Amino acid sequence: MYPSDYRYTKEHEWIKVSGNTGTIGITDYAQHELGDVVFVELPAVGTVIKAGDVFGTVESVKAVSEIYAPVSGEVIEANASLANAPEIVNSDPHGAAWLIKIKLADPAEASSMMDAAAYQAFVSEKEASA
Amino acid sequence: MTSPTTTQLRKTALNAAHRRLKARMVNFGGWDMPVEYSGIVSEHLATRTAAGLFDVSHMGEIEIFGDRAIDLVQHVTCNDASKLAVGQAHYSGLMTAQGTFVDDLLVHKISDRHYFLCVNAGNQDQDFEHIRTHNLAGAEIENAGKRYSQLAIQGPRALGILQRLTEVPLASIPYYHFTFGDVDGVDCLIARTGYTGEDGFEIYFVPEHSEKLWSHLLEDGAEEGLIPCGLGARNTLRLEASMCLYGHEIDDTTTPWEAGLGWICKPNKREFLGREALLRQKEKGVERTLVGFEMQDRFIARDGCAVSAGGKPVGRVTSGSPAPFLKKNIGMAYVPPEFRAPGTEISIEIRGRQAPARIVPMPFYRRAQ
Repeated sequence: MYPSDYRYTKEHEWIKVSGNTGTIGITDYAQHELGDVVFVELPAVGTVIKAGDVFGTVESVKAVSEIYAPVSGEVIEANASLANAPEIVNSDPHGAAWLIKIKLADPAEASSMMDAAAYQAFVSEKEASA
Repeated sequence: MTSPTTTQLRKTALNAAHRRLKARMVNFGGWDMPVEYSGIVSEHLATRTAAGLFDVSHMGEIEIFGDRAIDLVQHVTCNDASKLAVGQAHYSGLMTAQGTFVDDLLVHKISDRHYFLCVNAGNQDQDFEHIRTHNLAGAEIENAGKRYSQLAIQGPRALGILQRLTEVPLASIPYYHFTFGDVDGVDCLIARTGYTGEDGFEIYFVPEHSEKLWSHLLEDGAEEGLIPCGLGARNTLRLEASMCLYGHEIDDTTTPWEAGLGWICKPNKREFLGREALLRQKEKGVERTLVGFEMQDRFIARDGCAVSAGGKPVGRVTSGSPAPFLKKNIGMAYVPPEFRAPGTEISIEIRGRQAPARIVPMPFYRRAQ
């Protein structure tokens, strides 16, 4: 379910690091909690974001969810396909529905985050108490 | 999401059925209720194009009996219940002395000596207390919510699906009328009412038969496109149909005149709670009025967003959402009457920005007759 080469946050974002580039999205758990996604708002290329900052918004029919930057860096690409097809956040949250790519301020920053097994355990606990 | 109070939430008789269907459950007015099963959009579209089945057993029922039943109903509600025929229902408001809403409700006339009120889940106990406090007529009142489950089957195929389980000729029940009859071996009050903007029925029956009726309706309706629907779709459906929701468009600070509900407010019928205040406001004119709007860009207005016109704050959004069938972002808001005209440009504050919107006529959606 959760790709083993990604890292995860407690706010249900994922990040995939390759070299000094980080690709960021929201997890399958997050899209499932939100329900049908209808609108995604992302920052402009060149925006500098700090770990913990809100950098975007994903809206479903019933809810608005702010998206937090898992790491710091500069936005080098925002996923333009989400403007016309926000529903791919539901269908392919770990793949085609990546949100932004950033130039990492510190490529090591993500290594302290949860790996797939830890995140799976984290969400399993949430689901069990639901 | 999950809170330690989950175990104290009230449950309908279908709670286990919802959980078997893997519904997402939420605390709605103290009730553990399904908000969605397959997804709000698919449930909304199924109800518009085929049929949806909703467990609305959280809704409250209050029954009023006796020779003075009509006097009590007339005293506490703003619509004219003397106009109801036996077997007829109407939408009405339970009024404070200020002419504001304690609740909105459906009043069913079962007989001259028996009225059946369907009220909002979260309000039923205070509604009952309010009615009891004002029971100068000495009618008999029962807070009967625990005695009933309620299912709503809504959509263009609702009649055909429900007809498979009953010999009651459903097509002969006019809109906002009801009858009693056997559905799948269960005695039901069968009302041609709803909260979706579609044709359909709301059936009331004793809770012990809930699982049987629920599962037989889902099985029999599946081939016609019937799916279980949660409160999420119920909300988007009622918003598209421009129906008010208590706590949003109406509450104990708003009057029927302000809410565009003048059609349920009959101050000439006789004395009733709030009548004087409502007559005064009618003469003076309202200071705010409920309007519908459409967003002009991709932003989605949400409940509580500030509304501006001509650069000045003029009101607040009462309900805002994407409209899954209309494929627009819509909402309702209170604004001063000078901004009510369709075409008027307003702006809605969304995450610190002013997003353009335009007043449009309501209802946003009206089914083909």
